[in-house]
Amino acid sequence: MAELSAARTGIPSAEEILAPSPRSLLRRRIFHHWGLILGGAILAAIVLMALLAPFVSPFDPYDQQLGRKLIPPIWHASVKATWIHPLGTDHLGRDYLTRLLYGAQISLLIGVSAMIISGVIGTTIGVLAGYFGGRVDMIVTFIITTRLSMPVVLVALAVVSIIGSSLTVVIWVLGLLIWDRFAVVMRSATQQVRVREFIIAAQAVGCSIPRILFTEIAPNVANHLIVVATLEMAHAILLEAALSFLGLGVQPPTPSWGLMISEAKGLMFFDPWLISIPGVALFLLVLSINMLGDGLRDVTAPENRS
Amino acid sequence: MLAFAIKRLGVALLVALTVSLITFSMIHISGDPAVAIAGDTARPETIEAVRKFYGFDRPIVVQYLDWLASALRGDFGRSFTLRQPVADVIFARLPVTMALGALAIAFALLLAIPLGVLAAVRPNSLVDRFALTVAVVGQAMPTFWFALTLVLWLGVYWRLLPITGSEGWKNFVMPAIALGYYVTPAIMRLTRAGVLEVLSSDYIRTARAKGLRPMTVLFKHALRNAIIPVVSLSAVQFGFMLGGSIVIETIFQINGLGYLAWESIQRKDLPTMQAIVLSLSVIYVLLTLLADLLNAFLDPRLRVA
Amino acid sequence: MSDRVLTVEDLKVSLPVPAGKLRAVQGVSFHVDRGETLCIVGESGCGKTLTALAVMDLLPSKARRLATRLELEGKELSDIGERAIADIRGNRMAMIFQEPMTSLNPAYTIGNQLEEALLRHRRIGRKQARERALYLLDRVGIPSAEIRLKQYPHQLSGGLRQRVMIAMALMCGPALILADEPTTALDVTIQAQILHLLAELQREFAMGLVLITHDLGIVARIATRVAVMYAGQIVETGTAEAIFSAPAHPYTCGLLACIPVPGKTQRGHKLGTIPGMVPSLIGDKHGCRFAGRCPFVIAACGESEVLLEAGGGPGQLVRCIRHTEIAGLTARSPEAVAL
Repeated sequence: MAELSAARTGIPSAEEILAPSPRSLLRRRIFHHWGLILGGAILAAIVLMALLAPFVSPFDPYDQQLGRKLIPPIWHASVKATWIHPLGTDHLGRDYLTRLLYGAQISLLIGVSAMIISGVIGTTIGVLAGYFGGRVDMIVTFIITTRLSMPVVLVALAVVSIIGSSLTVVIWVLGLLIWDRFAVVMRSATQQVRVREFIIAAQAVGCSIPRILFTEIAPNVANHLIVVATLEMAHAILLEAALSFLGLGVQPPTPSWGLMISEAKGLMFFDPWLISIPGVALFLLVLSINMLGDGLRDVTAPENRS
Repeated sequence: MLAFAIKRLGVALLVALTVSLITFSMIHISGDPAVAIAGDTARPETIEAVRKFYGFDRPIVVQYLDWLASALRGDFGRSFTLRQPVADVIFARLPVTMALGALAIAFALLLAIPLGVLAAVRPNSLVDRFALTVAVVGQAMPTFWFALTLVLWLGVYWRLLPITGSEGWKNFVMPAIALGYYVTPAIMRLTRAGVLEVLSSDYIRTARAKGLRPMTVLFKHALRNAIIPVVSLSAVQFGFMLGGSIVIETIFQINGLGYLAWESIQRKDLPTMQAIVLSLSVIYVLLTLLADLLNAFLDPRLRVA
Repeated sequence: MSDRVLTVEDLKVSLPVPAGKLRAVQGVSFHVDRGETLCIVGESGCGKTLTALAVMDLLPSKARRLATRLELEGKELSDIGERAIADIRGNRMAMIFQEPMTSLNPAYTIGNQLEEALLRHRRIGRKQARERALYLLDRVGIPSAEIRLKQYPHQLSGGLRQRVMIAMALMCGPALILADEPTTALDVTIQAQILHLLAELQREFAMGLVLITHDLGIVARIATRVAVMYAGQIVETGTAEAIFSAPAHPYTCGLLACIPVPGKTQRGHKLGTIPGMVPSLIGDKHGCRFAGRCPFVIAACGESEVLLEAGGGPGQLVRCIRHTEIAGLTARSPEAVAL
């Protein structure tokens, strides 16, 4: 077919016309991006462990066995270490592996829920501001600036201290506070899409605004949304851990990783694994979500790489 | 330029006011402050007495305006628990937090900027991968856990630094590192991206065509432009850091604003909580204003406001 | 003192690309004397910009450069090392680029950037550098030079910025100026002024000027000699008159036939086009690069490398095995060459 190439005849040949489709290009990019795959794999593993927690571990996370407290994990060179409690036990004799697995449930639950709540709030006001501009944009920008000026952790703590803390309260407080990045990113993404020709065409044809928003704008800002959603999920998880660490998040005896670290604070000089295990777990979870988010961003819009 | 600054100041004040209003409402509406102070088990009469004493029975708007009027005079009320005017307490503790913040941002900049520049000058090299690792780890690591780990290694195992208190400069080293590492990733990434982009611009090619030495090209020409967004980001990140200092200060028991906030939350000391949130908001707003001004100062193109 | 400013012999530039090795410049040779303007003409992608960048040693880091000879004022450049080249750049040879809007650093004043060019290469005081900058700004036709010195690039228009770039190139009094499409990004009216300025300055300062362009109109106005580049090679070179009156390479003929000539081109006369596309520069090639598009192609054209040989008028070199026949044709009736 080379003889019929464009250089010879001035007309593109069959191979030159049949360039790879966008979908297969995307697939190719996904498989070449090791960050995306690794992050996704670790996250999937954690989710799996969280879902299977009741089946994997024979212990109950709330089951105190004071006769068996502070057994070190299996890799410690201590006579007390045993395979029955591969990650040891805490100061109340609760199996650490079990607490860890159930803690994953808490972190993931809070992460996803807070992400959804803040996502709905932030995306709505961001898209509206980006699409309508003018006064709507001014108001939304003011709201965002106000929110950014508030010290989130402090306000969250203050509110929780008045209301009283529980899983639901934490989720809602976080959800109502961390929508700012959603708003900022979706606003700017919408602004960019809004001026493209097909939107103006849709308006010219007389499409109703909701229709334009859902069928034209949405698909084009979706990739930004996904990336921010992953980052904010990680953000929510870290915030909850900090709140629980300070005692104003999830309450004992619920196994939140942040809470586990807090409970072990006093003991960490002698039994450091009590803080390193949940700490590493938090780190891995947030790391995997960040890698997934970065990978998604690279793969869906390589020009946005930093 | 002056009109621009005044307008921004106006918006800033409005923002600060709104924040105080929101915080006020959130604190007073989200639960019954009288119950929070008197305790769940207190008798109804006690709760009622508390309510009357603090004026919680008045309409919210009235309570807020009352507070605002006093605040504008510099009177933030008296702390419920510390038996001092709130303003005094805050002014006593603010310098500590600012010092911690300054040390932390200095650490962050000293780590992030050189790493970012090196990573950009040698992309995809070992340095670059190291820099990105630093960023990735920093973004995923819970600050409080990092702080505890630092305490364990530097304070306990190696006995290099004191673990708690705020007497001497040594007390601030670990907290500054822990707090600074929180903002290092963003600054490093922005520096790297900025320098990379600038290095491929036309005026760098012109600089090289003039025969300028590589160091001159990098520092005089490239960095000068790449640093502009980093400066304003740093100002904003400083603000975030101040908000996040509560965790660090409680771990290291540093007598700053964050620790004060923590104590006042524990003891339901509403006036202090309110005043701290307002102070931090005002500081943050001033920081963003400073960032804008720095931007205009550094980038001649922005000066024709 | 010899008149020859620049000698380039067998310059090769290659870039590694995913598909292989891109040979962007394949054995290019030319020379420039004091007071003469060599125009390197060719379409986008023919390698003319990379040739200039190669002379200045400003190629992208991945690029590889090779040359048998690369002499500036008799001094060999290709093996002297980074520092020595930096001492020569901006000093004995200077370059002007295509995009004046982005070629100046927005963070520093015009004066700062001009003076910097001189202070780098001469042990003189700031005041003297400033005086030279003022003089040159004035010389390149920028009014109110004193004020302009303190201004920032964004306060000047594109035409003014390009004049500043010219002044900057002249700060150290170089022997050679390389100008890469200096007028392409400017309005047509400004183009003429800038070209006129360059020609004047060249005469006044007795420099060699290499002007890279795709616009034959510019070549006609300003060139002493012309080198036509195609697909990384020089296919024809000679004096401007010779090239325009008796082009000997089919590509040159094609280029000239594309231009309407006032007074000669008849109304309704079809403007020539050159069918086809530039061949890929990746990998090894043999034979004439233009063969795929040439109306005079014969079997022998694709067989072996075609060398640059004397042909056409005196001092003219052509890379075509049929050049004698073609020169004869075009000398008789240039516009009638139906391509």
